[in-house]
Amino acid sequence: MNVISNNKWIGQRTIRPDGADKVTGRAAFAADTNMPGMIWGKVLRSPHPHARIKSIDTSKAEALPGVKAVVSARDIVDFPVDKSVMLGIQDMRWMCRNVMAREKALFPGHPIAAVAATTEAIAAHACELIEVDYEVLPWSIEIDDAIRPDAPILHDFLTFEGKPSNIAGKLEVKKGDIEQGFREAEVVIERSFSTRPVHQGYIEPHACLVSVGADNKTTIWSSSQGQFMVRAMTAYLTGIPQSDIRAIPAEIGGGFGGKTIVYLEPLATLLAKKSGRPVKMVMTREEVMRATGPTSGSKSTVKIGAKKDGTIVAAQGTFWLQAGALPGSPIRGAVGCSFSPYDIPHVLAVGFDVLSNRSKVAAYRAPGAPIGAYAVECVLDELAEALRMDPLELRLKNAAKQGTKAAFGPVFPRIGYIETLEAAKAHPHYTAPLGKWQGRGVASGFWFNAGGESSAQVNITEDGNVVVTTGHPDVGGSRAAIANICAELLGIDYKRVSVLIGDTATIGFSNLTGGSRVLFASAIVVTQSTDKIITTLRERAAKIWEIDPEAVKWENGAAHPASPNAGQFEPLTLAELAAKAPVMGGPIGAGVQLNTEGAEGGFGTHICDVEVDPELGIVRVIRYTAVQDVGRAIHPGYVEGQIQGGVAQGIGWALNEEYIYNKSGKVDNPGFLDYRMPVCSDLPMLDTVMVEVPNPKHPQGVKGVGEVPLVPVMAAVANAIHNALGKRFYSLPMSPPVVLEGMEDPEIRQAAE
Amino acid sequence: MSELRYLAPHTLDEAIAAFAAAGSAARILAGGTDLLVQMRSGAVKPGLIVDIKKIAEMTAIEQTADGGFRIGAAVPGAVLSEHPRFGRAWPGVLEAVNLIGSTQVQGRASAGGNLCNGSPAGDSVPALVAAGAMVTLQGPNGRREIKVEDIPAGPGRTNLLPGEILVSFTLPPRPKGASDAYLRMIPRTEMDIAVVGVGVNLTIKDGVCTAARVGLGAVAPTVLLVEAAAKALIGSKLDDAALKAAASACSAACRPIDDKRGTIVYRTKVAGVLLKRTVAIAAARAREN
Repeated sequence: MNVISNNKWIGQRTIRPDGADKVTGRAAFAADTNMPGMIWGKVLRSPHPHARIKSIDTSKAEALPGVKAVVSARDIVDFPVDKSVMLGIQDMRWMCRNVMAREKALFPGHPIAAVAATTEAIAAHACELIEVDYEVLPWSIEIDDAIRPDAPILHDFLTFEGKPSNIAGKLEVKKGDIEQGFREAEVVIERSFSTRPVHQGYIEPHACLVSVGADNKTTIWSSSQGQFMVRAMTAYLTGIPQSDIRAIPAEIGGGFGGKTIVYLEPLATLLAKKSGRPVKMVMTREEVMRATGPTSGSKSTVKIGAKKDGTIVAAQGTFWLQAGALPGSPIRGAVGCSFSPYDIPHVLAVGFDVLSNRSKVAAYRAPGAPIGAYAVECVLDELAEALRMDPLELRLKNAAKQGTKAAFGPVFPRIGYIETLEAAKAHPHYTAPLGKWQGRGVASGFWFNAGGESSAQVNITEDGNVVVTTGHPDVGGSRAAIANICAELLGIDYKRVSVLIGDTATIGFSNLTGGSRVLFASAIVVTQSTDKIITTLRERAAKIWEIDPEAVKWENGAAHPASPNAGQFEPLTLAELAAKAPVMGGPIGAGVQLNTEGAEGGFGTHICDVEVDPELGIVRVIRYTAVQDVGRAIHPGYVEGQIQGGVAQGIGWALNEEYIYNKSGKVDNPGFLDYRMPVCSDLPMLDTVMVEVPNPKHPQGVKGVGEVPLVPVMAAVANAIHNALGKRFYSLPMSPPVVLEGMEDPEIRQAAE
Repeated sequence: MSELRYLAPHTLDEAIAAFAAAGSAARILAGGTDLLVQMRSGAVKPGLIVDIKKIAEMTAIEQTADGGFRIGAAVPGAVLSEHPRFGRAWPGVLEAVNLIGSTQVQGRASAGGNLCNGSPAGDSVPALVAAGAMVTLQGPNGRREIKVEDIPAGPGRTNLLPGEILVSFTLPPRPKGASDAYLRMIPRTEMDIAVVGVGVNLTIKDGVCTAARVGLGAVAPTVLLVEAAAKALIGSKLDDAALKAAASACSAACRPIDDKRGTIVYRTKVAGVLLKRTVAIAAARAREN
């Protein structure tokens, strides 16, 4: 491994810049901002899974004392359904219908109207006074119901194979000749799986405060994964030009992909504009659970063929992903990532985007990839068993490496997948003894990672310290990592570097925080900005010393004369050069804006031990080791935290998390009590192993690390349960009632004895 | 917009007078860990809240002359767990009370509130039923004492008369060889609601179970006293046959529903499993007393 070890700050577990504020309660999240004259906005939501909106009468609500404004779909800019207008991964045709129901209410919780009033209680009461005439329509929630020939169609204008359909899209990834591949196979395993939609589960509900001036100048404070996304979406949906909107990112209380989209900001903007008062909106947890996120539920079939020696020759996957009520499920992640850890000559992966009457899905940590990996990695486990091979050996034999052409297109450069397998195999966990009713499973996973647009401005203060401004909300430690990099490059203590997240008016366009892109991309623009500053500092020193700038080197936070002038002058520190700035050419600072390229995919391999309570059906994860190729860990504590966080979410997805629907098509568990994410005591210490294979296309070797760790988890847990019981579960979650029912299989007890 | 009044009287008489006068619009506030959540969700909109925490009798823990305990209805779980003797006498009741909510919630949540909330899944209730606890009620027509198991009337409903307030629990004295235990099944390890809860209180003399009571929660509209399970245990040495019979009696007593927290099949099976496990813990404790 090519680990850079002589760095002073890169690779250090420095104190996080946002830490003190967060533990003392000083950090300002979106709901913490208030303004004089502020009023409150509330949303009226559809009680029906599917209904035509025949009329909306808001007159009684408007007449209620204290009500200052009411808005409905007619106030939102319409994007006709026949013309796609993309903004990032979102299509504005669907966004305008998601923030406010237009022709039809498409899921329980779908916004119908919004009210702003002097108190939250008045706004809520006013919502009850709005009279909506619904024509209730038949509905479907589950995939099988939505794709039946007689299924109620959500959108007549969407067709599949020439007919109106709830299948909104199809995506295919192909390599080689799949039929030829299976003809060559000597062992073939084909299995079907299903997973439930799961919510991102961020602790902070969506919230915003919006103020619109008499001249339409608009300020938005909100919690999101991208202030520029908030600005653009709000501009599109309200008709206010982007230049008139200033979106200020609040400290974010978790996003995991679920805050790459807007729900409240356009509504609050329109309410503020109509009322002339600042409008604050904060979702309840119930609203979050009914009307935001989650990621897709799915069904899938995976078929893998191999030679008797373990060489995989063909792999086929069909993945049906729920989009919710408007198109856009992450089929790309499922079809693109599932087989990517392996060098397979013949691959066919097909994804279908399926509509039904549930809330529109939002991104969730490696969108689509965990769904695909769950199926693929479980089938690989069965294949290893059929071939009597160690499951890590099977993966090693077929592992993708430098030069492998991935089915989704690219040829891999130097990647670290094999290193993760070898580290897992060598880890003491892999050979530790297991007790009764205990089992061990392994699984791997891949995520694309992303680059894209980033901007940075690095300024030297008059007292010789550094302020770095970037444009990405910090969800996983980007501020700490950027401080480490900037301190390293300038050769100064990291405490002298302050890293801030600019708003849309104070920093250049930066794409949202997502795709594990932020540190990859912002490190590039910060590095280039800092390099420019170092050039300026050398020029300033050269000017003072009256020598050639090429004869000045920057080291340990100071300019030093280099040959032929070495030793002739005392070094000039950053502070000294900053003090001389006014007379030596002016302020010192540099900014860089780039569309960054070279983000390389990430791989992880996980080992999971479980213990099953055979009488209660409870599965507990008792040991977990996650190995990941992290490129270069700029701040190892944060990298470990990202890995542990992904694993924790995956264990929840595997064992307990699910939306439970009642008979009228409504979510019956819209809160954290009955939507069971893991609590601390549910998990063992989650061990991490960081394998560092630096990204050759990045100045510090950075690869995205935040999403990969969710990808292998459900399969690792499922494989461990199979190992414990000799029985496999093909659906998630593997919750106590499901497992206990499965325990009736007479072979189980024998297998465990 | 409706108005909300808040009173925090220092005497029970004042509390009852205000509570009775306000009728169905009034709610009693002890720890508030159910009431405030219900108000926030919009499920209840009381016109009057009577906070009983300033009434000395409601927050006192006393050892009675016969060696039993009297516990004020508003005593928080955290306070009960700090009592020097209660937990040794009634470890099962204490562990059940301490399962109401998180550590933070324990600073407020009380057994009285847990019982009056009327949830079939309240953790402290099966343990108190097994303990044979009596409750003291006081209302406009004076005081009365009834059994804990006679309080719940159905999900969210109790047999308290209009204007009545739950004042305290009385637990009987402990003979030698007596102890108790409570176990619940939850999918997580904490911060969850019982899918099944079992309280067992028993006395062992010379290796034979001489007295037993079994309380079963979350498997019927109210918490159940399962006399058939107790009968199966009494007179036995808690051998496999007796445990199996008691487990079957628990499963047979179940009248559960399928809901988001568990299925009929699952709850029925688990009731029997938990009975066996709870008896084992209670018996081990009893043998040490």
